[in-house]
Order: sequence, then C-alpha cells, then structure tokens
Amino acid sequence: MHKPYNAIFLLALMILPAIAVAEGDDITWNTVLKSQFFAGKNIEESNAVIDLDAPYRAEDPAIVPVKVSSKFAQSKDKYIKKIWLFVDKNPFPFVGEFEFFPESGKADLALRVRVNTYSDIRAVAETNDGKFSMTKKFVKASGGCSAPIGADLDEAMKRLGKVKFRLDDGIQSGQPALTQLMISHPNLTGMQMDQMTRFIRKSHFIDQLKVTFNDKPVLNAKIDIAISADPNFRFYFVPDKAGELKAEFTDVSCESPTSRNVCNKGGSYSQSYTVSP
Amino acid sequence: MKFVLLIMGLLTSYSSMAAPPLSFSQVAPGIYLHTSAHHWPDRDNHGEIANIGFIVGERCVAVIDSGGSPQQGAALRNTIRQVTAKPVCYVINTHVHPDHIYGNIAFKEPGVQFVGHHKLARAMATRGDHYLGRAAELLDIQVNHDNIIPPDIEVNDSMTLNIGNRELVLTAHPSAHTDNDLSVYDKTTETIWLADLLFLEHIPVIDGSIKGWLSEIERLEKNHYKLVVPGHGHLVKDWPASLQPQKAYLNSLATEVRAMIKQGKTLEQAVNTVGLPAKKNWQLFEQFHRKNVTIAFAELEWED
Ligand SMILES: [Zn+2]
Repeated sequence: MHKPYNAIFLLALMILPAIAVAEGDDITWNTVLKSQFFAGKNIEESNAVIDLDAPYRAEDPAIVPVKVSSKFAQSKDKYIKKIWLFVDKNPFPFVGEFEFFPESGKADLALRVRVNTYSDIRAVAETNDGKFSMTKKFVKASGGCSAPIGADLDEAMKRLGKVKFRLDDGIQSGQPALTQLMISHPNLTGMQMDQMTRFIRKSHFIDQLKVTFNDKPVLNAKIDIAISADPNFRFYFVPDKAGELKAEFTDVSCESPTSRNVCNKGGSYSQSYTVSP
Repeated sequence: MKFVLLIMGLLTSYSSMAAPPLSFSQVAPGIYLHTSAHHWPDRDNHGEIANIGFIVGERCVAVIDSGGSPQQGAALRNTIRQVTAKPVCYVINTHVHPDHIYGNIAFKEPGVQFVGHHKLARAMATRGDHYLGRAAELLDIQVNHDNIIPPDIEVNDSMTLNIGNRELVLTAHPSAHTDNDLSVYDKTTETIWLADLLFLEHIPVIDGSIKGWLSEIERLEKNHYKLVVPGHGHLVKDWPASLQPQKAYLNSLATEVRAMIKQGKTLEQAVNTVGLPAKKNWQLFEQFHRKNVTIAFAELEWED
C-alpha cells in the first residue's frame, strides 16, 4: 500500500463509525459488559424467558419507558431470580439489577431510563435453575434540543424523597397485583462540563431499593444514574391478605459519573402503604 | 475510491465554508430580525432554525440569540457591521437550546458581555457535553467547549440594560419552555422578544414545565405589546391573539394528561393517545408532540 492511500484509509476508518447509522451492535456487550457482569456464564439470546419493550424512537432521551415482561408466573419451582438492564452506549451502561422472588407473583418490570444516544437496551434474566437468557431492543435517542437530564431538576429536588404508591382498584387476594412505585429524586448523573467548576460535578442517585409486603421481599434493586429523574417502577406483588407494602431506599453521591469507586452514602428513606384486598 | 470521496466530502463540509448572508428585516426602529422557516435541526440546516436578531441603541448593539451554528453567528456579526458602526456590547441568550447559543463564539471579544438567566450557566454545564458530542454527527458543524459561553451577567429576576438612550428590560422567567427562559422588552418600541416562550406554526416544545409555561402565558397575555418576537414563527402584531394556538395546545395537553393520570393510565398509554388531533395545527408535530406528552406526564403525576 502506498503511504498516502494508507493515511486516507486510516482517516476514513476513524470517520466512518460516526457516519454509519448502525442498528445496534454487540461491541460493548462483548468487550465490557459480559465479562464485567457475567464472567464464565453461558448466556442464551432468547425470548423464551423475558420480552423487552422499548420505543424504537426515544421521544425524550431523559425519559424512555422500558418494560420487561416475563413469560411465566413466579412459582416456588420455576421463577426468575434476577433481571439486569443495560443501555450499551450510555457513559455508564449499567441501569440496574433487579431481584425477584416466588412471592413477587410475576417478574414483570416497567421503568423509565435515560438513553444518551443510539443504543441497544439489553435485558438479561437469571432463572432459579441457574440459566441466563438475554434479549435486546435498539433505541434511537432523539436529537434536537433534547438531553438525557430531566427538565426541571429543582422541582424534583424540592420534593426529594417523596414517595407514592399507586395500585389498581379491585385487587384480589392471592392474585398478582400490579403496583406503581414513584420516588421523587433528581437522580443527578454528574455528567457536567469540567470547566464550569462552580457547579458540583458529583452524581447523586438512588442506589438501593427494597420493596416488601408484610416484611416479605417483593423486589430488591441495585440501580444507577441511567434511571430517569423521579424514578418510576411498575411491578407485581401478591397480596395474600391485608398488609403493608413498604419501599425502602437509599441514595448515594459519587465523585465521578462513570466510576463507583469513591462514593458517599446519602440518606435512607422509607414509605409504607396499606393494602386491603 | 469510496474512501477518497468521503475525504473530499469532509473537506467541503459546512464548517470550512464562508458564512452565507442572512436575511434581516427592520421590524421596528433599530430592531432587526431574522426569521427562520421551520425545520428539524439536521445536517442540511446545521441547526440554524431559530429566529435571531439584534437591537441597535445610540451607544451599542445588543444581540438577541446568536444563532444555531458558529457560521450563523459569524453571518449575524457581518450583518450587524453592515447595518451600524456601533459595537456589540451585549449578547443576550434567551435560553440554553443550541439553535439559540451556538453563534456566541462569533461575538467573543473584549467589550462584549454575555447575558442570561441565572440558571443558564447550570443548564449549559449539564447539557453542554451532550449537545457538543452530537453536533458533528447530527448538524455537521464543528463545535467544542469554547462554543458554550456562560453568561457574564446573570439575571435573577429582572434587570435593565441601557444600550444608549434605549432601555431593554430583561426578565428571568420561572420554568416554562426551559428552566432558563429570559425575555427582552424594548421600552422604546413596546416590543417584547419572547423567544421560545412563544411558538407559532412550529409546535411548542416543552423542555421545562407545562404548568410553569401555562402560568407565564396567563401573565404575559394580560400585558400590552405592539410587537412580539417568537423564537419560532412570524413576527406578532396582534398580541395576544397570536398566543392563543399555543395556549390552547398546552392547555388541552395538560387537561388530557391529568385525566389519564387520574384514570391510572401509564406514560406509555398517554404518549400513544393524548392530543393527536392537534397534528393538523402544527409543523414538526411528529418530532415533538410525544416528547411533550412525556414531559407533561412526568411533571403532572407529581401534582397532588
Ligand atoms: Zn428552545
């Protein structure tokens, strides 16, 4: 190869990825996420355990509704233990790790996430037989004036820690009941321009969430900055009798938006809701 | 061969071209306005999609929104030089959106002060990297951290700038179109530059607070203005009549979203059903309406 051609070729290689609009790829998964979260595990790409719903076009990259639906009800013999969610191309791809129980009734989960750019969203499920399966959806984050931040962080900050449960009317004893948990929190990403140092660059987000019904676990989650401001979760639990649905969570502040090595614990919050089927 | 063509394409890309002339009209004595057609920001229009302009005083010139690209900022600067020998003393950024601030760099020189809402710098800091990171790909423009210029003068509530026997009253609004909207009122001609607090033809875009915007609309509606400059759309001479389509759109959006929240419906359901008949009234409806529903829903579900 002649040298000039070689240089052009190299330059073209550097430019091409920015121009090509690929419908997702497994690069981040293969090079980072798989070994970081599932080293040594065999993961089957399949829709037999869970389905993943996400809009092809993220209308607002700060609030992208995502839904994982399980293909079977939770039972002592067969249940989904954990679901992981990732947005491959986000600066911090890990969205969360959600632990379910036979008592959860149904391992369905709907939530809102931040999607920084065109990316696959990826869900991995582990069933109680120790098997892993994965499904993914490509999402085009909207451009224009949108940013994956949140429109009014001061409002979210003002009511920080406020919690709401919403349940459908007419829930039946012993049947999985859908509930919505809303937490007011700005879930700051800490992604800010360096030179404007008069602003705090720290992230500030909810990192642990535990939901119980009459002290029995319903959902345990480890979550991160890809969760939209004012975190919002829909999931199931089984109200076998009247009782107390309870959400407990903590927040944390980390020095770097993309590393969790240096973090300071924040507050602990708890909110209960009386359920009478 | 393919690669060679690609390099040629790169060499003739927008950033290396001279700034094309901008059309301006003097809409009132000393007020010059460039109105843009309505487009989704892309590689063809380089994000030059907002109304921009300037006001000439006896001492100096105040720029109001510098344009959607460094090139448009340069073209604006050239236009000002053709109109007047007076120097630019203020660049007023009405809010953080790239179509209003990417021309700032063309005015960065001693004697020029940048002016914005007290929350503008924070919005620039939190959104800047995201905007910059996608500009080359989406807009075909070259921008970096130097193009994000935070205000030297921050407006907390209200402030008056004198540009030489001409007073401009700046108002920092509560969260509405964004959380950093600033309007400019020219006392001399009773003109208010509302920028993106007012959209005509182009669907209103919510990136702040629908409740806040509606209450600002109610407040502004009561005022008397001879001329109103929207951020997107034609010059308004019949205030508040021209405000009504935007008011009606936001009002019915809020009403419908509140009803869905009350019925226990989800954000996904709202996005797929709310307000779709309004499509016939607005340009760029497909690009922004569902985003508006999303933001409105996320805000209004915390109301009670
Ligand atoms: Zn705007």
